[in-house]
Amino acid sequence: MLSKEVRSELLQIVGDKYFMDTENELYAYSYDSTPLFQSMPDAVVMPGSTEEIAAILKIANARRIPIVPRGSGTNLCGGTVPVEGGIVMNTNRLNKIREIDQDNLTASFGPGVITADLHAAVERLGLFYPPDPGSMRISTMGGNVAECAGGMRGLKYGVTKDYIMGLELVLPTGEILHVGGKNAKDVAGYDLTKLMVGSEGTLAVVSNITAKLLPLPETKRTMVAYYRSLTDAARTVQRVIAAKIIPATMEFLDQATMKVVEDFARIGLPCDMQAMLLIEQDGMEAQVERDIMRIEEIAYQEGAVEVRLAQTTDEANKLMAARRAALSALSRVKPTTILEDATVPRAHLAEMTEQVNVIAKKYNVQICTFGHAGDGNLHPTCMTDERDKEEIHRVEKAFEEIFHAAIKLGGTITGEHGVGIAKAGYLELKVGEAGIDLMKRIKAAFDPNGIMNPGKIFAKSDRRRVVVSKCECGHDETQHKHDDSKQSV
Amino acid sequence: MASGSGTHAASGHSANPGVPTVPGCTDLSLLNKFDMNEIMNCMQCGFCLPACPTYRQTGKETASPRGRIALMKGVAQESLTINDEFEHNMYLCLGCRACETACPAGVPYGSMLETAREVVETNKKQTKGQLLIRKVIFDQVFPSPARLKTAGTLLWTAQATGMQKLAVSTGLVNILPKPMAEMQAAIQTIASPMQRRKRLKIVKSTKPKATLRVGLFLGCMMDVLFYEINQATARVLAKAGCDVEMIENQVCCGALHAHAGEKAGAIELAKRNIEAFERSGVDYLVNNAGGCGAALKEYHHWFHDDPAWMERAMNFVSKQRDINEILTELPPLTFDKPLNARVTYQDSCHLAHGQGIRIQPRDLIKSIPGVTYVEMNRADSCCGSAGIYNITNYEMSMDILDDKMENVKETQPNYVVTSNPGCLIQMKHGVNRAGVSDQMEAVHIVELLDRALS
Repeated sequence: MLSKEVRSELLQIVGDKYFMDTENELYAYSYDSTPLFQSMPDAVVMPGSTEEIAAILKIANARRIPIVPRGSGTNLCGGTVPVEGGIVMNTNRLNKIREIDQDNLTASFGPGVITADLHAAVERLGLFYPPDPGSMRISTMGGNVAECAGGMRGLKYGVTKDYIMGLELVLPTGEILHVGGKNAKDVAGYDLTKLMVGSEGTLAVVSNITAKLLPLPETKRTMVAYYRSLTDAARTVQRVIAAKIIPATMEFLDQATMKVVEDFARIGLPCDMQAMLLIEQDGMEAQVERDIMRIEEIAYQEGAVEVRLAQTTDEANKLMAARRAALSALSRVKPTTILEDATVPRAHLAEMTEQVNVIAKKYNVQICTFGHAGDGNLHPTCMTDERDKEEIHRVEKAFEEIFHAAIKLGGTITGEHGVGIAKAGYLELKVGEAGIDLMKRIKAAFDPNGIMNPGKIFAKSDRRRVVVSKCECGHDETQHKHDDSKQSV
Repeated sequence: MASGSGTHAASGHSANPGVPTVPGCTDLSLLNKFDMNEIMNCMQCGFCLPACPTYRQTGKETASPRGRIALMKGVAQESLTINDEFEHNMYLCLGCRACETACPAGVPYGSMLETAREVVETNKKQTKGQLLIRKVIFDQVFPSPARLKTAGTLLWTAQATGMQKLAVSTGLVNILPKPMAEMQAAIQTIASPMQRRKRLKIVKSTKPKATLRVGLFLGCMMDVLFYEINQATARVLAKAGCDVEMIENQVCCGALHAHAGEKAGAIELAKRNIEAFERSGVDYLVNNAGGCGAALKEYHHWFHDDPAWMERAMNFVSKQRDINEILTELPPLTFDKPLNARVTYQDSCHLAHGQGIRIQPRDLIKSIPGVTYVEMNRADSCCGSAGIYNITNYEMSMDILDDKMENVKETQPNYVVTSNPGCLIQMKHGVNRAGVSDQMEAVHIVELLDRALS
């Protein structure tokens, strides 16, 4: 609970309409898109300006009240679940696109701008902002920056961090800072802009964003290839890249995923196949034609049973829509869907996919795998039921083993979802003790009082377990420790 | 320091012995009405948020489908109480079901909302007793065609004697609640009792041999407020080669009851309609109201615990057709009067999201000679009418309508076409409110077709 004094100060800053703390309101901000994590905030505020953000942060910092920055709440790492209570700061009102600079090819906008709205606005001018996370129709750019969102065009175009040039930040002390800008080259000091991208709201609040834009590619072709074997599909990916073709998109769906997507989207997927690749190339027309023909050739050489070129834009959009729906369509199978994003260098794609299958069998859990084959970013997705505690325990073990397998292949525990609370226990696997120590010192420099999104990225203890949630005794997990048998993911 | 109110999932609570009973809720068995599997099927992906008109207006999670389902889960798991706030949040929803179209996981939001409202209403009856006005409306007026006719006669008398004008000119209208006063301007001339008495029981096909014998579902609001549209529907169907019967003993479809948490009342009405249909022996029952149509096609959801009625409902459901649907299944209409006009179409939510009928009305409009069809931006987003929402949640409804009118105006139409009585009143009101009634007219699709046919 916030004190009466803090409550009235916050009310004074944002006004009645944008301060929320009733029973239903708090409950509605106790979760995000991540299954199994829930925790109540003490208040929710929706500031309407950088100055309001600064004023709120000053109050919170002086009184050591946690601040959880939040956009549309569609992240998949529990990044916006207020695990230590405090104030959820929703920045969606800052949703103006201030400028699209066609001379410098940049856009400047508030963190509340919806990703797809930014796409539409720049594409109207023949420009292009490539990152396209699965939730782009509702995800905010502030959230994309916080999590360094990826998407299906990562292979050729990179991810959010490759496009963020400048930021306006509000530090926990209320200072307003401008880092980076429109300069293509800028080595004045540490690159604080890049440091902020993917910092998951643990350092400062982003209040304005300047992003790089590209010219919109002239044309785009979409094709699918179906395979009787997973390895053939994976080998196609490696061979295409080795042939010095970088497609805009190379997406991969395994058979289990195809079945579920077909059931939902009815686009005629041949569900007797073991895997499918969805490949898109964009650019100049002649080049695109040439690449697509070459890719088709390679696909057949590597054992594709059928290759189809989408004949119309409509057909292409339908194929891509099916991939976009994969995650949510999978959720039809069982009540709880846990999606991970273990990532490996792309040369190890087939090996990693096979390992996932072996691990799923070992723990007797149902895992479908799909994802961004071109950048080795897999989404092993487990269909389960959070009410079945015993199964959830096996799911947890399986994922732990999947993370270890990824690391062993030179990969990482998370490619694009972020660490948040869901993977805090595994961070050390990737960055080591010294890495965690340095990261903690960086955080302390920004946020000495530890108010910014506490409980995220860094695990509370050294247990390599997905911490938190469902504490059955009803106490705060931070107040006392449980033995393993009592806690679940 | 903030309390750090802890890390818990709601389900942890219900498993906990000794959880205090929910204050304000006298009957915990009420909570069994929630289908936990349906609730759990929402994976909170948030894809529904941009489709939701109330979320777009407020930007608040409590006003979104994902938020409302979370609140239902909270109540079902006894983490939240059934209180005024929960009631407000369940009724702030338009029930437009645009979220169902956006949901890749197939969450049946519409029926979950009906359950939530049923729980709210049952709880209220148990704790507070029912409001008299609600009782009169749902138990007395809607189920009774005779009472509806009386209401129609009263309205007609008011219009015919100029009382409506008088009320406006003398400012008497100002003693009506603001929403009612404003909305009445959008209501058409009511049919006179004489007209109603002269209504034909059967309108014969104008083609030598009728291809189908169909019943016309008259609806409650539709037949009182838009009697002429029902008559036009019969004329259009006759020209399409149908013998059209105004089948006896039909009643209100029950949708308004179901949406307002009055499930028992809705089920009674459904039974009467099923009986009336069975007795009539027609091939299909055709309706011209997207909202009613969606309810008629979902009767089987209301009889889960009653296998005998379930079977009859399934048969009934398979014979329901929306007017747009049946007209595009029949041989094309031959129009003899071109309409030189720009036309745009506003989807009825329960037609588009509830019944998946989107292309048919557009194709019908485009088939009229001389029509230039212009698609508006966000045509399938709710206009804010939503049954009686524009009276119960007037301000939100008008905010949504004002946004809608911006999109309408952009297309510069002569006609804004709808396919549901509630939407029609709302769009007529929107045209008045936006001060563009000299440029455009809001009409039901049947009126447009009828004008090009006669």
